[in-house]
Amino acid sequence: MLSSLGSAGGKSAKPSFVSYVTPEEIKSEKEPSRKEKHPDLLPGEVVFCSASTVLKYTQDDLSQRGVFGVLLCTNFRVSFVSDEAPTEEMLFKNKLYGENDIPLSCVDNIYGDKRKLITGGLVKNKYPSKMIIHCKDLRVFQFSLSFSKEEDAKKIFQGIVHHCLEPKSLRCLFAFSYCENTSYPGSYSYCREHLVSSRSLGFLLFPVYFIVPKNVSDEDLTKYQGKGLPMWCWSHHSGCALFKTASIPLVQEDNVPQTYMEKMLTAVAHNHLYSVKTEDLSDTLPTVQDILLSYNRFKQFFLIDNTTEFWMSDMKWFSSLDNCGWLDIIRQCLQKAVEVVESLEKENTNVLIMEEGGSDLCCVVSSLVQLMLDPYYRTLLGFQSLVQKEWVAGGHAFLDRSNHLHLKDKVESPVFLLFLECVWQLQQQHGPAFQFSETYLTVLSDSIHVPVFTTFLFNNDGHRDSLLRAESPHTQRSPLNCPTVWDWSVQFDCKAQDLFTNPLYTEKPKQDTSVRKSYRPRHLRQLSLPSSAFKTPPKKGFFKDEADNLKKILGVKRLSRWMLSPSSDSPQTSSSVREFYEAWQTKPLDYHGLLLPCLDGPSIRVWMQRYLRWIHDVQILGGGPVAMLSKVSEILGEVQELQRQLDRHGCTLTSNHKGARPRAKTAAAVIAARSSVRLSSSFPFVTSRNWSFKPAIPTSLLQSLMVTGMAGNLADREDDGGPESLV
Amino acid sequence: MEKSGSIDSLGSKQSSSRQASVDSLSSTSTSRSDRSTHAAKTPYAMSSDNVSTSTEFSPELRGRPKAAAKVLRDSNKEEPQLLPKESVQDMAKDVTYICPYIGALRGTLTVTNYRLFFRCMDREPAFVLDLPLGVVSRVEKIGGASSRGEVSYGLVCKDIRNLRFAHKQMEDSLRKSIFEILMKFAFPVSNGLPIFAFEYGQVYPENGWKVYDAQAEYKRQGIPNESWRITKVNDHYEVCDTYPSNLVVPVNIPDEELKRVAAFRAKGRIPVLSWIHPESQATVTRCSQPMVGVNGKRSKDDEKYLQAIMDANAQSHKLFIFDARPSVNAAANKMKGGGYESEDAYQNAELVFLDIHNIHVMRESLRKLKEVVYPNIEESHWLSNLESTHWLEHIKLILAGALRIADKVESGKTSVVVHCSDGWDRTAQLTSLAMLMLDGHYRTIRGFQVLLEKEWLSFGHRFQLRIGHGDKNHTDADRSPVFLQFIDCVWQIARQFPAAFEFNEYFLVTILDHMYSCLFGTFMCNSEQQRVKEELPKKTVSLWAYINSQLEEFTNPLYVNYSNHVLFPVVSMRHLELWVGYYIRWNPRMRPQEPVHQRYKELLAKRAELQKRVEELQRDVTNRSASSTERAGSPTRSITPVQTFV
Repeated sequence: MLSSLGSAGGKSAKPSFVSYVTPEEIKSEKEPSRKEKHPDLLPGEVVFCSASTVLKYTQDDLSQRGVFGVLLCTNFRVSFVSDEAPTEEMLFKNKLYGENDIPLSCVDNIYGDKRKLITGGLVKNKYPSKMIIHCKDLRVFQFSLSFSKEEDAKKIFQGIVHHCLEPKSLRCLFAFSYCENTSYPGSYSYCREHLVSSRSLGFLLFPVYFIVPKNVSDEDLTKYQGKGLPMWCWSHHSGCALFKTASIPLVQEDNVPQTYMEKMLTAVAHNHLYSVKTEDLSDTLPTVQDILLSYNRFKQFFLIDNTTEFWMSDMKWFSSLDNCGWLDIIRQCLQKAVEVVESLEKENTNVLIMEEGGSDLCCVVSSLVQLMLDPYYRTLLGFQSLVQKEWVAGGHAFLDRSNHLHLKDKVESPVFLLFLECVWQLQQQHGPAFQFSETYLTVLSDSIHVPVFTTFLFNNDGHRDSLLRAESPHTQRSPLNCPTVWDWSVQFDCKAQDLFTNPLYTEKPKQDTSVRKSYRPRHLRQLSLPSSAFKTPPKKGFFKDEADNLKKILGVKRLSRWMLSPSSDSPQTSSSVREFYEAWQTKPLDYHGLLLPCLDGPSIRVWMQRYLRWIHDVQILGGGPVAMLSKVSEILGEVQELQRQLDRHGCTLTSNHKGARPRAKTAAAVIAARSSVRLSSSFPFVTSRNWSFKPAIPTSLLQSLMVTGMAGNLADREDDGGPESLV
Repeated sequence: MEKSGSIDSLGSKQSSSRQASVDSLSSTSTSRSDRSTHAAKTPYAMSSDNVSTSTEFSPELRGRPKAAAKVLRDSNKEEPQLLPKESVQDMAKDVTYICPYIGALRGTLTVTNYRLFFRCMDREPAFVLDLPLGVVSRVEKIGGASSRGEVSYGLVCKDIRNLRFAHKQMEDSLRKSIFEILMKFAFPVSNGLPIFAFEYGQVYPENGWKVYDAQAEYKRQGIPNESWRITKVNDHYEVCDTYPSNLVVPVNIPDEELKRVAAFRAKGRIPVLSWIHPESQATVTRCSQPMVGVNGKRSKDDEKYLQAIMDANAQSHKLFIFDARPSVNAAANKMKGGGYESEDAYQNAELVFLDIHNIHVMRESLRKLKEVVYPNIEESHWLSNLESTHWLEHIKLILAGALRIADKVESGKTSVVVHCSDGWDRTAQLTSLAMLMLDGHYRTIRGFQVLLEKEWLSFGHRFQLRIGHGDKNHTDADRSPVFLQFIDCVWQIARQFPAAFEFNEYFLVTILDHMYSCLFGTFMCNSEQQRVKEELPKKTVSLWAYINSQLEEFTNPLYVNYSNHVLFPVVSMRHLELWVGYYIRWNPRMRPQEPVHQRYKELLAKRAELQKRVEELQRDVTNRSASSTERAGSPTRSITPVQTFV
């Protein structure tokens, strides 16, 4: 071991080694002489402090294995630079931060010795010997500071705690110094022209912000002072539209909201008979605090710093998952979106969704509704404009919700992540309908915590504009130019970006772009009975007197359904949603039409790629979705090659050009990756550099099964109870 | 409707799409049939990325996928398409089927000696329920004549569903109800009737009984070799009546000693080779528990025998004995004369308990699972409810056990001995799963058939008892879903390695459905000896004959043949999932609108088509250059390209 320590400075260091030495023993050793190491600093990045001889534990086992290196804290990240030779280039390398870097805003929690949670402020002279950092992208780092010089260790610990956990001003965020030092070409344009021209007759698009009817004067608008102003989101081809608003438009003396709303509707609806259905989201959906609470419980399942605990928790995995409620929140959001879709699609009513603030769950629901109804938003570009329109311009308080500044009075909540989760569910259920891949969503969710992109740094457009203008090094003329998250080249090279597209995406057949498909006839569901009516509690043995019940229900329920007003109460809505889904399900699937998610228990699932990617024990080596992807890529490549050959021969397959050409971009990327390493289920995030053929054998199997009660008796019984009966 | 084809129409190769509609019985026919005109349905393979895969497997589909055209013609008939030797036993009009998803349906019920067939003509298209009687576990009359003068019957099925019918009370009380007829033919064994498999006489191009040849399989593994030989000691099933006639044992143990070892092992099930590693020569051997008893009896022959197994592998000086049971149960077995190997008696052997519970616990777990998933899934607490059934926990333990075995053999190069109490339930699960992980051959369609024939059928998994074919005694404690668990485990592995298996999910579901259907002889009887005695290969058709006659239905389009890859699945609950495509397939809501692998198949079709065109072009070019003046061959423009949406 001692030799291993010595070799830490040398060139011939082993990949990893065990250190059983106590800090005392170490200190007697002489300082490894080595020049300061740095990561490749980004423009505008400054190192605050550093410590050498820090041991970074490798996560995959309980032993004290690790690598030595330098731990640094800069104005952008916490970075660990290994003393060992740099490892092979990863295919999916982020240009801004490497696998051993943690952007400061990505630090979630820091734990000291005995897993004590460190909070900002109370560390003065102490520092723990072991520091565990939990990241918002679910990575876990464990560092031992006990081999470093005391002074360095103290400095680095305090530095990290100060910069990661304590309140700071927005100007301290790295984006500002980064952008000052890069010449970033102009801001990104995301407006979708035809959105305005084709759909919203009679409307003006106020640059980026929101759309109002032509006949609403600006004076009318000023009376609102930003409160309770219904904003148009999307129009259904039938003429009805979706609006969202902050807080309920109260009946005021001058009746402004009503007038406004009426004007809005007259403008938007082709048919004046359309009614408006208002949905107060705060009545039915969880609050932002609930979301945070649930997510905090949920994420703990994946922040693994101890294999034994991981396997212990495996026993109660399903019930823990259930109890944290995260999947249920996802389901509720999706269900609400389906309800809104039903109103728009089937009942042809206008829908106004509202909540206090109007920029959290309103954003979730309105963007999900649009994703389900409008295939454009399922393309890469469309999704981007959806996020820009509903979230960025829609005023979602990204800065407060991600709480990059660690201010006590701000409500942190992963609302945007919740939206991405819902999108992922839709994408899992209807893969070919989406142009983007699962990896795209995962990377997008990571990017929230990289404080470089203007997309996620501000609370609303006004906030952004004023700050960028104020921070501009030049005069007032040109505001500071920062990249948006959509400029993926800031983070990934082209090859890596290829993994953002879904190779199996069904592009819209060219010929019917102009004509929208005629929608399905409504009221078909009259033919089928409400299935919920037959839902009998299974516990009561089979074949109870369901039949009579059934007939009763048949007689009564059908009538009552048609008497009910469209704005029904919640148990009714849930069964109505169910029927709506069932009626939709019976139709042929059109990936460019309406998409609805299945909301039944088994269909709502955990986003494995995002949550399990760093956990060594659950990586399926040689398997996982990528195994399928690489085979598909291979076939796609072959199809392309064949097509090329045919083209060369001057033989065109006209009929085949209807569908889009397969894109072999993904193919190339995956094949390139496959040639170098064996892929695992966490592709592309972890390369199996430390590929081991050892399977993970679950520990603690012994205490696993608590077979109790009746089953307990069964457990004691002999395998073959009855007398043998022969054929 | 469309599903009611018959296998005999297979001969008339309908090259058009296969079944016109894939309704499973409970589905609303409204829903799917209109879709079927849009695209030919294909069965879906297993997918890793999507649980809610295929639910469209329904037993009534089985066997007649290609009969679409014929079926459509007959779709207005009230009677099913009969199989050879199938005959209608009774028919009743105005029977109500109470579907838990659609509601009450009125129609005609037909009972044959093979199936129950219900057709409701009121709906468009007609609703059809087509159920092999072998699937029925229990028929019960519910209540007496109710107020409306209706009698109601409930059918509990072995494939995770219950059916309920009602019909008017017979005016003529002397006439037997159709359900009494049904009872008679649903439980032929209890009524002294032959099981339908013995009557069904369909001829297939291949004789499925020839799929497995023990000698050939051992030869594939390189046996006999210098350490292992094939013994004929059990040729007449005298040493062990539940073992096959061909056994592989260490070379240096003569047959006489084998008989003495047999005396020390429960039911005479001595340790014999299941699989040998092609490189390291580490082996998987299986047996039953040693008859140690309370007094800790020892057998020098048995000890020597295990030593011989260890010595046959030069790479390791250790032997792992995996006892599938929880240690408590293994110890309790001592009271009944059984027990486990003591490490004192067996030098260099290490004993590991795998904590897999017995058949009764498993049966109870499946019963709970059925409550949770059928007919409807409770919206709240789905996951907690699922956990409370322990079903996936059992799956996890079985997979974990098999993984440890595979790991010892592959990574540790150590031979292993696997047993439980009798060595025909848990042992079969463990050895076959470990072999599936270790040997890519078993991951092909034919290889998997060999695996089942070998590890399950020839080594005496008691299918007759565990399933209770044709037996009305539904409470029989010998019934247990041991084989279902195994197939579930296979599905879990295949989900984790979506390109590693040649077969798809439909293949697994088909095996399970026909295990119950009693149409094929494959899963009849309890042992090889009984099968020989009953002359099953002569009198019945093998399931493999049917499956191998239409392999494309069962092929995974994404299969990549990595023959040398060892699969180590992750046995964490995080990666285990309930097999929706089997357990929840009756629920129309859980059915995907497009089979998952549809798009992959389209892709492959497109590739094939392009390949063809390229070849034709090339041929064209060569032809033209060869005979420049004459017009060569026929023009090749006749192919109409299949439209795909790649």
